[in-house]
Amino acid sequence: MDDMMAKSYKTFNHTADLGIEVYGEDQKRLFINAGFALFDLITDMDKVEVKTSLPLTAEGMDPEDLMVSWLRELLYLHQVKGYLFRDFAIHEMSEEVLKATVKGEKFDPRRHELIREIKAATYHQIKVACEKGVWISRIVFDI
Amino acid sequence: MEIKGKLTIEKVDDYHFKIPCSEGMQVPGLIYANQKLIDDIKLDESLRQVANVAHLPGIIKYSLAMPDMHWGYGFPIGGVAAFDLEEGIISPGGVGYDINCGCRILRTDLTLPDVRDKMRQLVTALFRGIPSGVGSTGKIKLNVNEEKRVLRKGARWAVEKGYGDMEDLERTEDKGVMEDADPEVVSQRALERGRNQLGTLGSGNHFLEIGVVDEIYDQEAARAFDLFENQIVVSIHSGSRGFGYQVCDDFIKAMLHKTGKMNIELPDRQLVCAYLKSEMGKKYYAGMACAANYAWANREVLTHWTREILEKTLNLSPGDLNMNLVYDVCHNIAKKEVHTIDGKERKVCVHRKGATRAFPAGHQDVPKVYREVGQPVLIPGDMGRCSYVLVGTEKAMEETFGSTCHGAGRLMSRTKAKKSCRGRSIAQEMEERGIVVMAEGRATLAEEIPEAYKDVSDVVEVVHQAGISKKVAKLKPLGVVKG
Repeated sequence: MDDMMAKSYKTFNHTADLGIEVYGEDQKRLFINAGFALFDLITDMDKVEVKTSLPLTAEGMDPEDLMVSWLRELLYLHQVKGYLFRDFAIHEMSEEVLKATVKGEKFDPRRHELIREIKAATYHQIKVACEKGVWISRIVFDI
Repeated sequence: MEIKGKLTIEKVDDYHFKIPCSEGMQVPGLIYANQKLIDDIKLDESLRQVANVAHLPGIIKYSLAMPDMHWGYGFPIGGVAAFDLEEGIISPGGVGYDINCGCRILRTDLTLPDVRDKMRQLVTALFRGIPSGVGSTGKIKLNVNEEKRVLRKGARWAVEKGYGDMEDLERTEDKGVMEDADPEVVSQRALERGRNQLGTLGSGNHFLEIGVVDEIYDQEAARAFDLFENQIVVSIHSGSRGFGYQVCDDFIKAMLHKTGKMNIELPDRQLVCAYLKSEMGKKYYAGMACAANYAWANREVLTHWTREILEKTLNLSPGDLNMNLVYDVCHNIAKKEVHTIDGKERKVCVHRKGATRAFPAGHQDVPKVYREVGQPVLIPGDMGRCSYVLVGTEKAMEETFGSTCHGAGRLMSRTKAKKSCRGRSIAQEMEERGIVVMAEGRATLAEEIPEAYKDVSDVVEVVHQAGISKKVAKLKPLGVVKG
């Protein structure tokens, strides 16, 4: 599972910040993989256990806005509530709304390391598209 | 939605490069750089971003960029743009997520021999005493009402609570408070994110540094700033922490959802904006001012603890240390200022994203103590080379809305910097250069290696030669705490 997840995104160079390109066989999987990529950049995912689950709804004007909105909600739960997530189940998805259950645990300084601070997911050159049957998203994070 | 086609760059003279107006650009782009720097700048997408900013309604004269410019998101880092209050816009992406990320320098009565053998002890004490690193929370816990007081009062809140001195306020840009702040416009989320982070340095490029004055270029200004050769100084670089990030994010979202109604076609969504005179524009300005105030309070608290730690570690009284603030500048801000445009004085909104205000001698916003020489401008470099103190000039008022560069500017992406560090001990390399470095985050030192940045001396030489600020002093790092 983790190996597959690890290959589901790659980082690309952006001078000051950090960009990711995420892939998925469908739109749901693309969003799941983007959620995983976010936390993979923040911490060592091998050390995150599933101890709790939360419902999460994100809304956007279009798929690009929905992607930023989804990452924004995940970041909020991480930065303010202290969660690290590793499993993402999307129950409902349209171009504008996404309903999911996210699973993980609260940050524990004895077991977890925070590798970097991600300030926000930006709209800079944001992309969500299906190319030759593969869903691709490009996102630049402000770090 | 990026502009298609190749950009034309024209060399105006040794220190100015121009992007002529092409379709959709309201004004030309003007970049301060020399040939070497412009060759590096061309490697990323920041010139395209200068052109993109020139599309925004109400932009005046030029879309400007400083020599430390690099690829940002929306606006380039190092970008300066002024907008008409009636027809122009304000853009959260033109300020950045870390609102009022800024830098201050404190002078002391100490000289190099006083601390040379105590650097490890001092850096360790600062590293332990100043909360830093990813998601760091501070020793100050605020309830909602107290937090709102911070947002209204800025650095003054800190001084009233016993952190720092009244004199510090006089030597802070805007006296450490933007009066337009209105805590009622910021979200619950922003308040939540800010509650436990006051008095924290943060991570990434934020730092606290002990340095020595290595060279003086302008004796008169140095005397006014109370700087002399071999003197020990302390620099603090930090911002508005999670509070500012959230304010920026909230308003980008809110403005984006309204853009359809504005009839503005954006070359990049991150350039989203609102007319300054609109309700949304006013709300953002009031929210941004809250974050600016949070950042000033933050740097003031950090200053207080730094003074305490130095006094305790060196066993000195406050009078012996005499650690006074030289000045505190914003790097990421939008401000309503009066500038002369086509011979007439006009109030405009100047965005500085990774740029520093550089007001000249005689300007009423320059503290009285410095009014005869001009505003101190603080330019931190990377952790291995040097930093500069400059002074603002009349030429900056004429050409750049009273603005200059803000630092070295990144050259390498963080990923590339990390790759180049495999198998190296950066702390040891720095120690061999005579600099004690401690960092909270495992990745920080690798991402912040000196070669990841442009040489700040190249950057400063351009602004000095172009005349938009003048060199006063060069500082060399001795000890650095990184987040």
